[in-house]
Amino acid sequence: MTDGARSATGTGDDPREVATHCPYCALQCGMTLRAEAGRVTVAARQFPTNRGGLCQKGWTAAELLDHPERLTTPLLRDRPGGELRPASWAEALDRVVTGIRAVQTGHGRDAVAVFGGGGLTNEKAYALGRFARVALRTRHIDYNGRFCMSSAAAAGMRAFGVDRGLPFPLSDLGRADTLLLVGANPAETMPPLVRWLTEQRERGGNLIVVDPRVTATARHADLHLQPLPGTDLAVANALLHVALTEGWVDREYVAGRTTGFDAVRRGVAGWWPARAEALSGVPVADIEATARALGTAERAIILTARGAEQHAKGVDTVTGFVNLALALGLPGRPGSGYGCLTGQGNGQGGREHGQKADQLPGYRRIDDPVAREHVAGVWGVPAEELPGPGVPAYQLLDSLGTAGGPKALLVFGSNPVVSAPRAARVEGRLRDLDLLVVADFLLSETAALADVVLPTAQWAEEDGTMTNLEGRVLRRRALREPPPGVRTDLAVLADLTHQLQGGAPSYRLVHRKGPLLTPKQEHGATPEHGAGAVDAADPRVVFAELRRASAGGVADYAGVSWERIDENDGVFWPCPDTDGPDTPRLFADRFGTPDGRARFHAVEHRPAAEEVCAAYPLHFTTGRVLAQYQSGTQTRRVAALRRVAPEAFVELHPDLAGRLGVAEGEPVRVVSRRGDMVAPARLSPGIRPDTVFAPFHWGGAARANSVTNDAVDPVSGMPEFKICAVRVEKVTEP
Amino acid sequence: MSEQVVIIGNGMAGARLAGELHARGGDRKVTVLGAEPHRAYNRIMLSTLLAGKVGESDVELAEVAGQGVDLRTGVTATAIDRVDRTVATDDGDRISYDHLVLATGSRALVPPLPGLDAPELPERVVPFRTLDDCRRILAVAGRARTALVLGGGLLGLEAARGLAARGLDVAVVHPVPYLMERQLDPAGAAVLAGTLAGLGVTTHLAVPATAVRADADGVRLDLADGRSLHADLLVLSCGVRPDTTLAAAAGLAVQRGVLVDDQLRTGDRRISAIGDCAQHDGAVSGLVAPAWAQARVVAQVLTGEDPLARYRPRPPVTRLKAAGIDLAAMGEPGGADGEELTFADPTRGTYARLRISGERLTGAILLGDNPAVGTVIQLFDRGQPVPADRRSLLLGRAFGTTAAEPATSPALMPDAATVCQCNNVSKGALVGCWRSGARTVDAVVAGTRAGTGCGSCRDAVAGIVGWLSEADSVEVAR
Repeated sequence: MTDGARSATGTGDDPREVATHCPYCALQCGMTLRAEAGRVTVAARQFPTNRGGLCQKGWTAAELLDHPERLTTPLLRDRPGGELRPASWAEALDRVVTGIRAVQTGHGRDAVAVFGGGGLTNEKAYALGRFARVALRTRHIDYNGRFCMSSAAAAGMRAFGVDRGLPFPLSDLGRADTLLLVGANPAETMPPLVRWLTEQRERGGNLIVVDPRVTATARHADLHLQPLPGTDLAVANALLHVALTEGWVDREYVAGRTTGFDAVRRGVAGWWPARAEALSGVPVADIEATARALGTAERAIILTARGAEQHAKGVDTVTGFVNLALALGLPGRPGSGYGCLTGQGNGQGGREHGQKADQLPGYRRIDDPVAREHVAGVWGVPAEELPGPGVPAYQLLDSLGTAGGPKALLVFGSNPVVSAPRAARVEGRLRDLDLLVVADFLLSETAALADVVLPTAQWAEEDGTMTNLEGRVLRRRALREPPPGVRTDLAVLADLTHQLQGGAPSYRLVHRKGPLLTPKQEHGATPEHGAGAVDAADPRVVFAELRRASAGGVADYAGVSWERIDENDGVFWPCPDTDGPDTPRLFADRFGTPDGRARFHAVEHRPAAEEVCAAYPLHFTTGRVLAQYQSGTQTRRVAALRRVAPEAFVELHPDLAGRLGVAEGEPVRVVSRRGDMVAPARLSPGIRPDTVFAPFHWGGAARANSVTNDAVDPVSGMPEFKICAVRVEKVTEP
Repeated sequence: MSEQVVIIGNGMAGARLAGELHARGGDRKVTVLGAEPHRAYNRIMLSTLLAGKVGESDVELAEVAGQGVDLRTGVTATAIDRVDRTVATDDGDRISYDHLVLATGSRALVPPLPGLDAPELPERVVPFRTLDDCRRILAVAGRARTALVLGGGLLGLEAARGLAARGLDVAVVHPVPYLMERQLDPAGAAVLAGTLAGLGVTTHLAVPATAVRADADGVRLDLADGRSLHADLLVLSCGVRPDTTLAAAAGLAVQRGVLVDDQLRTGDRRISAIGDCAQHDGAVSGLVAPAWAQARVVAQVLTGEDPLARYRPRPPVTRLKAAGIDLAAMGEPGGADGEELTFADPTRGTYARLRISGERLTGAILLGDNPAVGTVIQLFDRGQPVPADRRSLLLGRAFGTTAAEPATSPALMPDAATVCQCNNVSKGALVGCWRSGARTVDAVVAGTRAGTGCGSCRDAVAGIVGWLSEADSVEVAR
């Protein structure tokens, strides 16, 4: 028992402590929370992923628990344009239920939509999908992971038949002879992961980073390829071209374990390195050196992240690197492979259990009749009553309040006003709704637009499971009760379900009684369908149902129990049997496709959706900084983080700044066809002179997503966050 | 009835156009006539094939045969009837077209030398142009130990490099005083000749050939200076000539190539020409990038995607890249206008000459290890302003983008300097922690959280703790 479950037996008396994981990114660092004298403190904890490391976000995570801006009562807006005012839960939930009924009566079931998040626990993501399909019976549910993981997910599914971010444990990174990171900046986004990169280089490994900027991660690299944004796919195809001409392709593996190589081989024959060089600016010599490092290594790993994926050709770009990995025979070879670095805390689990528009729990497809039968059986409803597929996140947001679009939206764990592309337009769509409901623990920019705001519990106040970037299912453990007036998301969903189905409100859910974490039921036992909201609000009960719903699916959790997680530093899915093994490494013998072979797909570079021109001559790309997380709703309110990263900025090359007459710290305006942002200039020789960068964590005038392009990938629906055309202007008047 | 498009030629240009048309969909029947009996292949990879690094199947290009495209390989177009709008083929067919695209490419020039005047070249004398040429060269090279290459231009040097990589002793004969005179200057060409010598390729410059004599033992090349070189194989790389026979016979305007406008149309609006056979704005390119740009314009116009699309030639970049050789040449590096940047390290085979005018690159020669080559090509191709610090164009990322600061001695580091980025811990905070009683690295780490994120500052933290320990002991001793 190394996961600290024994200490997780708080009785309600101070001091007590609990072994849990960080609330932020997908690395899910192990941490210990301790409550003493009314204060909650964080300590780093040894866990196989973070090995005792924490970044500043993790260390300061508890500051939000008793933050003065924390929401502890529901808020209501009585009329459009009015102010939000405090309200009782009874009034707030009644308003939600009445509003949903009115909209669905007037416009049909699909007129109510649900928007989830990649930070929700597995239990909440699962319950949200079930709530949409069974209680609301709407096809419209999607989530912010569409902006995050969807391109890698789609590419992984079509190549491997399985989408698990890393199909191997994180520790494999430390032993790779060559490690290629494409559009990944873990030194800022998940710092403790860099410990594995350090180990890798100390063992003599070769670290190669592909990024248009000299990032904190690129500074660790033995070789840094700095392509023009939007040209990664050309580089991938050229790498495979070199691997072919140099004889590094694993012909035996390609013949025995894959299909479709000939089309890829002929496609990349047209990508001689000099062609990719002219397009990307990456020297032929560096392309060759990278191909050599990958092609001649005993253990080689290729990882992509948002830099490669957040494009209107994100799926094809990832596929280009998957093709390279397959041609070199990496996936399934011990110590080698392809993976993607998942972003949000439960970005993995959140994309498996039914909050995606086309998906049912267990990574099943909602248009698959067998999958519908199975899940409908678990939910106790006829399969024909389940709605069909909805639409991807941006398409959903862009249709809100329009003639054919939803008129009501319920948001859980997301802040699209800051995080969606072309955000001013999304903000307008949200304003056009008849009813906007936001469940959050802080008044995010999206919550500030809502008609009803429901205050929810924080991570230290709830139990559940998260699935980290390795596909390892972890336990989130509650340290304390939510403050008075605050409910868990599960309790909110349970009550809404109950009331929508005609039941009376069950306000006894406001506080759980009795000791935390004492199992109320045998694990695996589930209530009869239609049982009270009390059970539906219990994460342990929800997880038991999730296990049954996922059984037999791609992401099979049937054999995962909370106890088993506690005993084993987590459990890697698929894990179909309680008594059988879990799966730390996928693809050793076969892939998840019907014939067990991985599938090559020929992919061609294509230009960005919006190319530079005389009026918008610069490339604009967005990303993250170390001290902020996602839309910043949480981290912008932590004093220590605000000191480090107090405001947005626009990073530009000194040569470009010189031409614009802009000095360090002076405000500049970045203008695209869709909108603009204003932030101080930050001069850096580490960015290409034809490209400017801004972090997307801020709202208001400094909102980078006012500028970004809403063109989306035709397969994944991923918006093109990473490249659009802009001009930069010196701001003469503030 | 759907529109009939006929493309004559299945080379780099014709095959590309078929793909571009297919990618745009629509109700259209596309017929591609390829005189060579092969699938479409990448001509640029033929020198790699010569080098023996890849097999024939590896140089095949993606093609769209059978997907609304009727690809007929081994079929030669023999005549165009512009009145009936048909193309006659050597297998007796007549194919109707609504639009015809000539992508007939170019043919290798055989120099008018005694010994090369018969209709068939001697067995051991082969031009270097097509896959079949490659096969013939390889058939001879398999039992050859020495080879001559006549012509020291880009293709000749690629052939020489490929044959040298097979282990042959190769000599290049070039009538001009220096190699690749269309792209290089004498100094750069001298560095290139040195590089080639190191790879087993000798060069004979400034000397025309006067005759070829094939015999049972091999082939003999007589030179104007009286020397006579002997080898097992002679490869001809004396330039190419656009293949305009069909166009001329059909009465289309032809100079060096088939004359086309900005939409690649000939004088007959139903006939276009692209690639090596086309002459646009006085120029015949002979390179892939313009051919593919032209194919795109024709596809945009024919499919109606952009009926006003225009071909805008971009200044070509010549690139020679093989093991041991890295050459990029573009624009006009010579002349007296503007600024000139140079760097030469002939011993290591490195040479760079760049010309800048009006803050734009107007020409460059880069040979050998030039880390900025990707940047230089992009700046030239896109016409973007050059960096204020010109050194970065010669030395690449060595300037301006260096990684972490060099390790400063702890004593010299300002208190405000951030030691741990992940947890934003300054040197001052570490010193403060020490002053408040922490005496080991672990204690300072626990007190400040420095080094608990990515861990890469642990050495720096240890260095500061060590410095504080020494300073402390000095103070105690005093």
